[in-house]
Amino acid sequence: MKTANEITASDKVPEGWSPLLELAVREVFEIMLGCKLEAQTAPAPVSGDFTAMVGLAGQLCGLLTLHCSAHSAALMASRMLGADVKETDAQMWDAIGEIANMIAGNFKNKLTGMGDRCVLSVPTVITGSDYSLRSMADTGPLEVAFLFEGAPISVAVEVHS
Amino acid sequence: MKKLRALIVDDSSVMRKIVERSLRQAGIEFAEVREASNGAEGLGALKNETMDLILCDINMPVMDGLEFLRQLQTVDNAKGVPVVMITTEGSESHVVQALSIGARGYIRKPFTPEQVKEHVIPLLGNTK
Repeated sequence: MKTANEITASDKVPEGWSPLLELAVREVFEIMLGCKLEAQTAPAPVSGDFTAMVGLAGQLCGLLTLHCSAHSAALMASRMLGADVKETDAQMWDAIGEIANMIAGNFKNKLTGMGDRCVLSVPTVITGSDYSLRSMADTGPLEVAFLFEGAPISVAVEVHS
Repeated sequence: MKKLRALIVDDSSVMRKIVERSLRQAGIEFAEVREASNGAEGLGALKNETMDLILCDINMPVMDGLEFLRQLQTVDNAKGVPVVMITTEGSESHVVQALSIGARGYIRKPFTPEQVKEHVIPLLGNTK
């Protein structure tokens, strides 16, 4: 498996990272939300559009994004707080930002030696769908897709060499 | 049994609530749980109040958790109060750094209530 040091500008994110990203996502949902995600073989269009972003800086430099619908974001907040969706509606931004943060941390800690050489930004959350996102990464995105409570969600990592 | 006072420092209000819930699930009764959204707010909360336990994130705006730990050394009200870091920054160097400047425990996110219980209960000693 390539390390972050060995990625060149023409590379994609190393293939061996995909199962680590998938595991990092699953663990966060199982431990913090108490739910198992269903696998999706190919990313499906995500409606509603909440995007949480966490920057990676240091030896591993890039961006992790979590994309989901507004309904899914509200459900995530509800699951995290153990309360009804109506009671947690105002906290869905915070909730998906924190989920993205935990996924990013969990993922980088699974990359051998990367925990010490990469730091995370605080999360940022965008709502709406009429925007373009350019992370300045020079690798193709590594994306994993799941069904959360029957609705598609996706997590992507793009890396600077 | 003495009722405890705890301070939770995290920039995520959702995470502060989850940490508080985890503490209660550990069977610890609190007279009060104070919240702060960064290290500076946390220091402010300790100016005129004493706590039995502090739980603190690392990555926060304004003042991060490691700087909070450093400045905590000079706060009279915080002397001897156990601090447990709860953070996504799970690297060995972060753990060593936090423990070397006063943290008594380190929990990586994501975490279970059982992990919180394992780390916190021994630190409360006879106060619980």
